[in-house]
Amino acid sequence: MLTLECPCCGVKADETELQAGGEAHLKRFGPGASDEEFDGYMFSRKNPKGVHFERWRHSYGCGKWFLAARCTATLEVFGTYPAQTSAPPADLIAKIKAKRPTWEGYQ
Amino acid sequence: MSMKRYSVFAIAREAMSFHQNWEQAWKSPAPKKKYDVIIVGAGGHGLATAYYLGKNYGITNVAVIEKGWLGGGNTGRNTTIIRSNYLQDPSAAIYEKARSLFEDLSQDLNYNVMFSPRGLLMLAQTHHEVRGYRRTVYANNLQGVATEWISPERVKELVPIINLGGPRYPVLGALYQARGGTARHDAVAWGYARACSAMGMDIIQQTEVTGIRREGGRVVGVDTTKGAIDCDKLGLVAAGHSSVLADMAGFRLPIESLALQALVSEPIKPCMDVVVMANTVHGYMSQSDKGEMVIGGGTDGFNNYTQRGSFHHIEETVRALIETFPMISRLKMLRQWGGIVDMTGDRSPILSKTPVDGLFVNCGWGTGGFKAIPGSGWAMAELMARGASPLTEEFSMYRFREGKFIDESVAAGVAH
Amino acid sequence: MSTRLSKGGRLIDRTKPLNFSFNGRRMAGFSGDTLASALLGQDQMLMGRSFKYHRPRGVVASGAEEPNALVGLGLGARFEPNQRVTTTELFDGASAATQNHWPSLDFDVGAINNSFARFLPAGFYYKTFMFPRFAWKHVFEPIIRQSAGLGKVPQERDADRYEYAYAFADLVVVGGGIAGLQAALQAGRDGKRVLLVEQTAHWGGRAPVDDVEIDGKPADEWVGKTIEALGKMENVTLRTRTMASGLYDHGYLLAYERIADHTPGDDRPRHRLWRIRAGHVVTATGAIERPLSFAGNDIPGVMLAGAVRDYLVNWAVSPGDRTVIVTNNDDAYRTALALHDAGLIVPAIIDARTSAKGALPEAARAKGIRVLEGRGIAKVKGTKRVTGVSVCTQAGEGAELEFIACDAVAMSGGWSPVVHLWSHCGGKLIWDTERAMFRPDGTKPPTGDDGKGMATAVGCANGALTTDEVLADVAKQLGGKAAKTNAVAESPIEPVWIMPQGAGPELKMKMWLDYQNDVKVSDVQLAAREGYQSVEHTKRYTTLGMATDQGKLSNINGLAILSDSLHQAIPATGTTTFRPPYTPISMGAIAGEARGEIFQPLRRTPIHEWHDANGAYWEPVGLWRRPYCYQRPGESVHDAVNREVKNTRAALGLLDASTLGKILVKGPDAGKFLDMLYTGVMSTLPIGKCRYGLMCSENGFLSDDGVVARLSEDTWLCHTTSGGADRIHGWMEDWLQCEWWDWKVYTANLTEEYAQVAVVGPNARKLLEKLGGMDVSKEAIPFMEWRDGTLGGFRARVFRISFSGELSYEVAVPASEGRAFWDALHTAGQEFGAMPYGTECLHVLRAEKGFIMIGDETDGTVIPQDLNLNWAISKKKADYLGKRAQERSHMASPDRWKLVGLESLDGSVLPEGAYVVADGVNSNGQRNVQGRVTSTYYSANLGKGIAMGLVKHGPDRMGEVLDLPGDGGKIFKARIVDQVFYDKEGAKQNV
Repeated sequence: MLTLECPCCGVKADETELQAGGEAHLKRFGPGASDEEFDGYMFSRKNPKGVHFERWRHSYGCGKWFLAARCTATLEVFGTYPAQTSAPPADLIAKIKAKRPTWEGYQ
Repeated sequence: MSMKRYSVFAIAREAMSFHQNWEQAWKSPAPKKKYDVIIVGAGGHGLATAYYLGKNYGITNVAVIEKGWLGGGNTGRNTTIIRSNYLQDPSAAIYEKARSLFEDLSQDLNYNVMFSPRGLLMLAQTHHEVRGYRRTVYANNLQGVATEWISPERVKELVPIINLGGPRYPVLGALYQARGGTARHDAVAWGYARACSAMGMDIIQQTEVTGIRREGGRVVGVDTTKGAIDCDKLGLVAAGHSSVLADMAGFRLPIESLALQALVSEPIKPCMDVVVMANTVHGYMSQSDKGEMVIGGGTDGFNNYTQRGSFHHIEETVRALIETFPMISRLKMLRQWGGIVDMTGDRSPILSKTPVDGLFVNCGWGTGGFKAIPGSGWAMAELMARGASPLTEEFSMYRFREGKFIDESVAAGVAH
Repeated sequence: MSTRLSKGGRLIDRTKPLNFSFNGRRMAGFSGDTLASALLGQDQMLMGRSFKYHRPRGVVASGAEEPNALVGLGLGARFEPNQRVTTTELFDGASAATQNHWPSLDFDVGAINNSFARFLPAGFYYKTFMFPRFAWKHVFEPIIRQSAGLGKVPQERDADRYEYAYAFADLVVVGGGIAGLQAALQAGRDGKRVLLVEQTAHWGGRAPVDDVEIDGKPADEWVGKTIEALGKMENVTLRTRTMASGLYDHGYLLAYERIADHTPGDDRPRHRLWRIRAGHVVTATGAIERPLSFAGNDIPGVMLAGAVRDYLVNWAVSPGDRTVIVTNNDDAYRTALALHDAGLIVPAIIDARTSAKGALPEAARAKGIRVLEGRGIAKVKGTKRVTGVSVCTQAGEGAELEFIACDAVAMSGGWSPVVHLWSHCGGKLIWDTERAMFRPDGTKPPTGDDGKGMATAVGCANGALTTDEVLADVAKQLGGKAAKTNAVAESPIEPVWIMPQGAGPELKMKMWLDYQNDVKVSDVQLAAREGYQSVEHTKRYTTLGMATDQGKLSNINGLAILSDSLHQAIPATGTTTFRPPYTPISMGAIAGEARGEIFQPLRRTPIHEWHDANGAYWEPVGLWRRPYCYQRPGESVHDAVNREVKNTRAALGLLDASTLGKILVKGPDAGKFLDMLYTGVMSTLPIGKCRYGLMCSENGFLSDDGVVARLSEDTWLCHTTSGGADRIHGWMEDWLQCEWWDWKVYTANLTEEYAQVAVVGPNARKLLEKLGGMDVSKEAIPFMEWRDGTLGGFRARVFRISFSGELSYEVAVPASEGRAFWDALHTAGQEFGAMPYGTECLHVLRAEKGFIMIGDETDGTVIPQDLNLNWAISKKKADYLGKRAQERSHMASPDRWKLVGLESLDGSVLPEGAYVVADGVNSNGQRNVQGRVTSTYYSANLGKGIAMGLVKHGPDRMGEVLDLPGDGGKIFKARIVDQVFYDKEGAKQNV
């Protein structure tokens, strides 16, 4: 039963207020992309056992999407940040690296 | 290699010596330097793959490597439902193959897996569901899967404890598979393990694969916590950790790992002989031979490797089942647990060659893998031994880039 | 015999006698009794039968760990199976019945299994019952099912109600013994918001039973003062009868409050499920005593030493007149002393340790109690009640040294900390060799969302053995100063897993580990011998620890036996996984209030009540309900639909279309956004006009459709399907927030802001003209246009759109005026033949016109191109959601099944969902198919069945006759026809 802090309204929201939305920072591939690129974007999502960046929506709160860095093995939440970014913030990356020295970093 | 056969006479004989002389059901050998085939994952699917490699293709120089204890993943955590009333042809083919193998599995393995074709029904509680299930019946009849559409009155006969006239979702009928049912999940893994061991295969438990060795685009072996082991062919059959293993082999699978939950009640005397699934309200239930009501819950929406789920799913499931079976309100939940399931883009499995020669994957069974075990093993063995199988043809990992999906949510809504 | 003593009993009130019935027999107890103490007080030691061998079972414990004494409690709609008598508070009029026997508790036919026990070892069923094949399902399994199971099946709908409650706390302390009380006191003084929960009705735990003194005060007094102090703290909440059942991720703690189990029928909720978010959890959950494994340790009268003491001190009940103590630690001597002080006989203390010289053994000796060192029990004598024990050397093989007559045995194999909550969420354990226990590893607690430990175990739950240790542990971990107690030093435990050490197989077959499931030492050894060497394999093979007590008494003993069999240390074997709940919790509590009508929220349109009062035959659509049709008295559903279908085409129909999704999309970039969302072009739509649009998922499949109206330069109103409104609104927000966040677009889901009525049929215009207020002529509102105005005084937005092929207006009015507007339409429409129609009529009308329906023609596998909807897909646009997906090889294939009309040759209605067969079978032996029916109806207007379906190369095969197998071997013959069955020219809507 997760709690995630919504960066939009500042509430530490219960999982039942939230909707999970899968991998964060996806690059959309549209017409003109190769089959491999499109397949990678749509289906071959990251599924690490460890640090994962993902999308969440505060559905039963402010309605805003946001992003979270979370460990899929321990469910530790390293931080949340607004959805309007194309890569995780540097300070969050640094925070995760400090906690998980063997983590290979955001790729 | 051989094994002492199990029978009532064997039990009587061994009882005379206080059961001091039973032999090991399976050996626990140290790994050899090289095998023809290595299977990663000693769950039902991995063991069944090994078994049919030996039985159907004479390939017995096989090791099955298991990180934990055999049968300890989803094989030992599911709600043991067996059915093959799937809508799409490729699904119906492999699940019906599995179901038909279950019919004789106890005799084949000389291990009572307690396959009990007690009948399974899926309740239709909206007009949309009625249409979907009627369509499934027509499809099944053409696929050689015996199912029928039954009336609410017949549902009540089969399930006296059901509440047909729920205020919100009255039961309008059901999709019924008379030869669907349950089996004892652990026994399926143990029976296959024993039979594999008797064929001379090595089941190597408590050994984790840490790397997959390749040469020139071809698999040549695995690194493990007990050292390197060579092989000609490698099968990855490790639900829940498929992505982690594929990552070792340098490719990505269209899979996400999610937690699925289940629970049992305290045991009571027999009150429901069939398996009932109510997909509109997301709940399903059967009664085990011990008397527990075995209840399946939902999956979390987020990636998770913890084998724990979120409690609100349990609440939703129990709520739905109390509407469907009011008497369970005064039973108690004895235990809840979770497992990690592989979810693909179309919620159907992957049995496939991979970008690495000699490396095959069997994964992505989502919430419904247990029922497929014999068919999955049969098909995977054929794929690995011969390079192709009609049963696996449509389950390629490349189907997603072709847009060729096997979507079962179409009719049933869920795929347990 | 077990009796009630004339004095004592700290929890009972002798001035308040209570009556209850047991197996139909009238019995009596006192207020404060549990059912267990009341039964023992009247010499009812036999309380049940075991699961497998149906052996006689007496109560063995005094609390939540009890595996044996389970009863069916209550009657009728308040009957509940498998209630532990040890945790059932006695109330006046209670009715209890024992379980799992036939015909009676005393004489149980099922006990024949016991005679064959030797032939029914662990896992015997895996090795037999295989021939003949059908016999498992039809012979063996039914017998096993009938003899297994435990309690009776509740027959009636639950008469009680349940509720959820929520709590937030900085610190939740679980367990109201002295450790928990001291922890709560300390945290409360520190200003934390504290919640303290205790599973029983009493504070203080075991300390008051053990004559403990804290700060020079008797434990009861100290507990009372502490509760008084806590009660005065505003930041502390106390809650008894509340069991913390599970600790979940991120500090989510579930607690189960048994509000009215002891006051049934008093109108309070029976149970309350607390959903707690805890900043931190302190588990002060105490410890559970372990049985010893000697032959006959399951015979009624053999009990845990601590439990014997509990019954004596708390309820003034002596389980026996002559009680032999058997132990491997000092604690059991307290029981001997308590029994002796109560004037009961302790013939001997059998201590497996070769030397027992601590303060407690010396105190026992001083009172003249015989202490036998280095001894064990070879065998307990008796069947339904202990009659004596045979004493042997612990180090030997079980040769009898002497026989001691007794009617009770109090055993202690040491104490195991209750580590369940600690472990639920991943807290690790370490094996403490010196104390012979698994206890929490403080360096590896369960972690929360911040990655830090979210639980702390204190006191006995953390491995403390004496009260001094308990209070010191609390002080160490939570701060404050530890109070002094009168604790005496205890000499170390000596682990004893089998008694005697050298027992042979015959004795081991009589040593019970799991009393309820009948798992014995020999079974665990058999599992190990057969290769079921993982502790999980052993558990599953033998069913050890899988009973209703989830192995609270048996697990540690079992895994010690397993470790011994495998010649490995106990930590190498490890434990099975601890899963919630700690003790079983009712399904009713899990479901909470949501049942019956409020099982799920019900969405109602403003016109819902009218439908309900006018014969609506309801159909669930998402959380809405929509009228499927309106039945008149004596009319069948089928007839009602046909009447509505005919009337709407011939005169006038009214449809409540309020459930239709209405999403406002506004902003400078709204047009650009909608061009990405829909397959067609919406940006060029002139103000005042409407356009039909299709939306696809990014995976290419058709997901929703509807009419889009442009309201102003920067505003569009998008209609969606009834079931799709929330999903599509979420979908829009997803793309706007996460992909095109720089686009200036605002969306609002206005679905419930408007009531919408479709006025359909040749008389539609007449009705609107009669209401008056705006010009609704063909010229004023051409087809596929909309206008704002008033109708009959209602503010209205009128869309000239048609899903039926008739002259049709959809009129939106503010939701608050919806019902009045409907009434006005219905009344004014009578002269024009107005009748309401439901969703089925809607379906038939659209099918007659060959319009597709999301959910019928689509099922998540269909793309717009399959449905001949290329006209609604822009060729010019570079991109739209789903476009790239539709370029994939299988989606672009000319062999996809395409939409056509289907007409049976004999005019009958084709079966819903039937498939079109082709010749031959596929490589898996399945019949080849080449299409399927997507919609099929009886058209009352055409007097025949009409259908649509997807057929391979269908549009190129007009006129071809296909085979569709139906039910019972019947083959339907159908011809491929144009999908428009009615008014092909569209004359009726363009008037």
